[in-house]
Amino acid sequence: MNMKQEHKTKVGGGLLAELPILSEVPAPRPAAPAQWRSLSERADAASGEVDSLDRLLELEAVGADPAHRRDFLRLMGASMALAGVATQAGCAIQHPEDVVPYVEQPEQIVPGKPMFFTTALTLDGYAIGSLIETHMGRPTKVEGNPAHPASLGASDTLPQAAILNFYDPDRSQSVIHQARPNSWNRAEVMLLELREKKKQNRGEGLRILTPTITSPTLADQMQRLAQQFPQARWHSYSPVGRDAVRAGCRTAFGEDLEPIYRLDKARVIVALDSDFLGVGPGRLSYARAFAAGREPEKEIREFILSEAPSVKPDPAPMNRLYSVECTPTITGANADHRIPVAARDIVAVARAISAALGVGGSETPVEQSLKGKLASHAKWIAAMVRDLKAAGKQGVVIPGETQSPAVHALAHAINGALGAIGQTVEYIEPVAAGPDDQVASIRELARAIQQGAVDALIVIGANPAYDAPADLDFANLLASDKIPLRIHSGLYHDETAELCHWHIPLAHELEAWGDARAFDGTASVQQPMIAPLYKGKSAIELMATLLGEPGRTGLEIVRDYWRKAGLGDNFEAAWKKSLKEGVIAGTARKPKSVTAKAADAMALATVGNTRDDLELVFRPDPGVWDGQFANNSWLQEWPRPMTRLTWENAAYLSPARARSMEVKDGDEIEIRIQGRHVTIPAYVLPGQAESTITVTLGYGRRRAGRVGSNIGVDVYPLRTAELLWSGSGLEVNKTGKEGRLSLTQHHFQMDDPKLVKENRELIRTATLKQYQEDPKYAKVTEQDKEHPASLEWNESLIVPPEPQKKRQEGEQNSWGMVINLNACIGCGACVMACQSENNISVVGREQVLASRELHWLRVDRYYEGDEVENPPVGFQPVPCMHCETAPCEVVCPVEATTHSAEGLNEMTYNRCVGTRYCSNNCPYKVRRFNFFQYADEETPSLKLMRNPDVTVRPRGVMEKCTYCVQRISQARIRAEIENRPVRGDEVVTACQGACPTRAIVFGNLNDKKGAVARAKESPRNYGLLADLNTRPRTTYLGKLRNPNPEIEA
Amino acid sequence: MAEPVYEMPAFRDETLKVLAPGHTYKTVTDDISGVVLRRPYDRRWFVIMAIAFSLVSVLHLAIAYLLLRGVGVWGINVPVMWGFAIVNFVWWIGIGHAGTLISAILLLLKQDWRTSINRFAEAMTLFAVACAGMFPLLHLGRPWVFYWLMPYPNTMDLWPQWRSPLIWDVFAVSTYGTVSLIFWYVGLIPDLATLRDKAKNSIARTIYGAMAMGWTGASRHWHRYKMAYLLLGGLATPLVVSVHSVVSFDFTIAVLPGWHSTIFPPYFVAGAIFSGFAMVISIAIPLREWYGLKGFITMRHMDNMAKITLATGMLVGYGYMMEAFMGWYSGNPNEMFTQLYNRPFGPYAHTYWMMLGCNVLAPQFLWFRYFRQNMFWLFIISILVNVGMWLERYVIIITSLHRDFLPSSWSMYHGTIWDYMTYYGTIGFFLFLFFLFVRVLPAISITEMRELVHETQHHGGGHHVGAHGTAAPTSEGGA
Repeated sequence: MNMKQEHKTKVGGGLLAELPILSEVPAPRPAAPAQWRSLSERADAASGEVDSLDRLLELEAVGADPAHRRDFLRLMGASMALAGVATQAGCAIQHPEDVVPYVEQPEQIVPGKPMFFTTALTLDGYAIGSLIETHMGRPTKVEGNPAHPASLGASDTLPQAAILNFYDPDRSQSVIHQARPNSWNRAEVMLLELREKKKQNRGEGLRILTPTITSPTLADQMQRLAQQFPQARWHSYSPVGRDAVRAGCRTAFGEDLEPIYRLDKARVIVALDSDFLGVGPGRLSYARAFAAGREPEKEIREFILSEAPSVKPDPAPMNRLYSVECTPTITGANADHRIPVAARDIVAVARAISAALGVGGSETPVEQSLKGKLASHAKWIAAMVRDLKAAGKQGVVIPGETQSPAVHALAHAINGALGAIGQTVEYIEPVAAGPDDQVASIRELARAIQQGAVDALIVIGANPAYDAPADLDFANLLASDKIPLRIHSGLYHDETAELCHWHIPLAHELEAWGDARAFDGTASVQQPMIAPLYKGKSAIELMATLLGEPGRTGLEIVRDYWRKAGLGDNFEAAWKKSLKEGVIAGTARKPKSVTAKAADAMALATVGNTRDDLELVFRPDPGVWDGQFANNSWLQEWPRPMTRLTWENAAYLSPARARSMEVKDGDEIEIRIQGRHVTIPAYVLPGQAESTITVTLGYGRRRAGRVGSNIGVDVYPLRTAELLWSGSGLEVNKTGKEGRLSLTQHHFQMDDPKLVKENRELIRTATLKQYQEDPKYAKVTEQDKEHPASLEWNESLIVPPEPQKKRQEGEQNSWGMVINLNACIGCGACVMACQSENNISVVGREQVLASRELHWLRVDRYYEGDEVENPPVGFQPVPCMHCETAPCEVVCPVEATTHSAEGLNEMTYNRCVGTRYCSNNCPYKVRRFNFFQYADEETPSLKLMRNPDVTVRPRGVMEKCTYCVQRISQARIRAEIENRPVRGDEVVTACQGACPTRAIVFGNLNDKKGAVARAKESPRNYGLLADLNTRPRTTYLGKLRNPNPEIEA
Repeated sequence: MAEPVYEMPAFRDETLKVLAPGHTYKTVTDDISGVVLRRPYDRRWFVIMAIAFSLVSVLHLAIAYLLLRGVGVWGINVPVMWGFAIVNFVWWIGIGHAGTLISAILLLLKQDWRTSINRFAEAMTLFAVACAGMFPLLHLGRPWVFYWLMPYPNTMDLWPQWRSPLIWDVFAVSTYGTVSLIFWYVGLIPDLATLRDKAKNSIARTIYGAMAMGWTGASRHWHRYKMAYLLLGGLATPLVVSVHSVVSFDFTIAVLPGWHSTIFPPYFVAGAIFSGFAMVISIAIPLREWYGLKGFITMRHMDNMAKITLATGMLVGYGYMMEAFMGWYSGNPNEMFTQLYNRPFGPYAHTYWMMLGCNVLAPQFLWFRYFRQNMFWLFIISILVNVGMWLERYVIIITSLHRDFLPSSWSMYHGTIWDYMTYYGTIGFFLFLFFLFVRVLPAISITEMRELVHETQHHGGGHHVGAHGTAAPTSEGGA
């Protein structure tokens, strides 16, 4: 109780003082003398405070034993997870600190007004440019940076969720030495001593392991380290690496390159097991260009392209996407034609395409080159090749990052043959620094450790004990004491940290200076939004210590690098501009003019006999990725786009395979490959290739934190260096155990043949041809087409609602939204943006199983037609419709949900008594209820995370999408101050802001020039369930497909 | 004013008389008041009370946990926001219907067979309404602010939202509860005076005396009493129809397929009377058996109640038929899906067919006198009807909600242990109150039975029966 009180007083007065804002980051407190002459002097100074320090650190550890906290959590149950966490974390003793109010108000900071800073957030090293919203110095929301080529103003799930990673109370908070808390001072001394020692043998035995690095500053530091210690080695390994991309380029071009695609110029796109819309460093930019190239209506295309001046789509009405893939991805879901083909057979398909195009020799018809099972796809592939050939330089083949170098080389050769190089695809120098073959790199490290050649290993930001290839047995290597000094620095005290002598908390990207490059090479400076929450150090600062420059701040190091690296003339101005824009001008890599060596590619791509056995395919989990985000509960609960699975991973089986094995969702299966095996629940996924079983990485972590430990199944034990992405010879057996999967959407269609036939026409789809013949195809359902009056009637049901005269006169605002289903790729970024913006609580796996998730915005996934093995997939984001005649409003007994004069369906949380009638009566089921106290109102760091403009909802009240009413209010206030009406496009909702394809249009309907008013004029505009006379303010634009007539027939 | 004339029908069967032969004012008074005042406690009562009280404790536990944690302890989820709580609410309210129907409508229709059963039927109504009333409060997300549903002057200047059927519910149910209570209490007054006069125990005498409100049996008292009783009967009559109609509005007002239907009010009222009579039968059978009241609650009563059960059961069956028919006739795909596919063949098909079995099939046996007059079978059938009517509400609420318009939101609903504990707890509460009532208040109206004695002895056998106001004996009449 005492502790709790202490924490309370702390929070009551001290938070702001505790967390200094950017502009007044305090100088580091001199724990050791600021100047010193020798290492021993510095060490002495540090040891002077040993007694008190040790005691303090021990006390700190009392409340923070993770094992104890986990047990506690088990008892509390998942739903109470965060509440339980709260008390525990709150108990940690805080260092006494003075609490003082501002003496002088810092410049620019106005309480209640957010400020935005540019930075870049990275995934596996590659940057997505971001704008970070900060309130009183606290970062609260990630937005995309329109000036950044990898963002174009958008962001997706992982960057959106970075906020929670940053505030994660489970992040490592203390230097640990030999399992006991220690101090940074001592760690620093240790590093400097290591440096002194290594100086004597030119770095012999010193190894550094990092994940993929694109940071120019860090790369420069590595280079300097290599100069100082020529015998030291830098290894780099990310579990989701791009080795094949670079290897493929080396084969095709003989030099180290990376492709970047210009999909805006593409008319025919062939994805060979590539999920270019969903993964990869260029995904947001590709998605934008892809969506723009699919939009036949000029005005809407312009809207998609606004903020993206670099994207200039071909004037043809619509591109066409073919996808050949082994496991369903959002790219496959957006394809006009898709076939499921085993991962190992993709190379045969690539080879057939090459042969048919005459790459490296004479043309061979597809029918001749495809044998065995693939022969059934020959007609399809032949038609695709004809289409590709006709498109010529407007065609492009995109190989998947998980495919073999041979497929990449062939794809480059095909692109070369099409004349697409320099058009739809460009080749640039690799963006990532460090070893070009990461698997070889970590394998070499393992071998060196095995041989005892490593006496000091520094792991920065990597977690090899968990995610290194299984055959390297990295955890045992670390545990075996073959390395006398093991140092780990990471955001968490994870599996690797446990096996290291030293652990140093790594600073998060949002709290440290740094830099990173985007997929096209464009560099950005990463700015800290706040002083490090948990005393972490950035990789750059650690490296500086190792380079003998201790005490240098990240800012100095990054600035120094860029001063030297070309921003020299008028550096201050250039630096400021770079920070302001979020990109460093002129750093994009120049495309190289290259020619593919087709013969080499063909030679590499040997096609064996087609096999009939099962193959295993690995994929990163779209949420927790390779496991690094396992402790992020937003990502855990985020429904994965294709599976709607949360909180766990599963093995995906095709419906046919499941039928023959008599397996249904949730049944446990044992998968065995090359003598290694795991048991994992099965998930029956339509569109999966029949001989492929896919498992996702990132689960089954032992030391992720209170959220992510011991959930799901760790499949890394199956993943060897040889079997990095796929391999044959898989055996699968049922274990007989059954279970339920925590899905947010079940597929009834498959258990229930009756339901398949019933087309509710929720997503209204037409082919391009049908649309050109009848642009208003989406207005009327098939059923209503029998009645001639229904077109007019249905039209009347979605006219922008104008119930009040005032609104007709345009004196007030009238809010509305249009969701362009033709642009929506189903990535789910909007869901995460909404969660972050609106303080939406996480409910936990048990509550998801009970269908109680709280997401205000969901993305519905529907399969079409009778076919179950490879059905077309449609996505439909469903926020609140803000019905003009809302069924929820009339049934609320206490007027807790009402209609505003501006047309919003508003929820007054304070007034809600929780009869839940509104939800029953909502045909869209967009209302969400706090069945328990879901919101964690205790954990201090999570309090800092929340958007101060949005109420945190307590137990027993209903909540739902508000159209981001807080943003509307801000715009209204701004407009009132400036004495003008709110402009049509002035308010951007969180979902809209995140959307990579700008599928969501929101604004003031009364501004007839605004994007939303114009989008409502589209002939494809229709209302979901509008026949109920709900008069939804959120309407949809019908989806279009552009099938190849040859295949369709 | 011409006196209404009622001819006693000539029964083929002696057992079908409304009062066993040989009863006098004294035997009536002694037999009925004796249950309260003289009868020693017997084991059966203790066993029932022990079970009932255990269930009340379970209810306490369930409510305490509910208030502590939130409504999430129940099985409700996003498509199915209403579950057991509302099923139970409608079920209990339905059960509460027989009381008013018997007391009010049969009073106005001058059905003499109502007199033996009206008292405990009214008590049953009250207890059922008490059980029902718990659920709308408990099911609130924030039950501590339940009073926001009432119109009361407040600083926020906020009123309830009058378009919501839940507000109509508040008024319908509270009015019904209040009128039923007053009606029941007014009816009790002469009997309370009898108990006061007959009680040997001074505490009992004091309590009954206070409750009798100074009743002396003066003719002025009788006059006013009769007038008040008749007026209350008139007042309560429309409530029989209104309460369940209003409850059905909770569903019909919604847009949901399976709810949005104009047939609901009459269909719900029929269902309510159906379940109410079934419950009266379920209670009357042990009551007359254990407390020697077969002379008062005769075969005629059981037979008549069985007939009403049959008739209302047929109405309910017609309702089911029309629901399905209208689902098809509407041509609305959502409606057709719910009515013609999801209910009969969906994942909850078993509840639908069990409902039809209990509510439509089981009462068909009541066409035969054997089943109407065999207490074992009648009891079984009445229990089946009660189960069936609970299932009916389950079918209506759950199957409509769990698969509505957008298949993406579809899910399944299952009650949790806390749902069952709350439900069984209220059954325990109901039994507890009822068996307490049997031992502290006359379960059959002594006054009215004495009237019946008067009528059957002095006017019976073809003579007309005097109106209720005539020549009524005083409370001391039989002593």
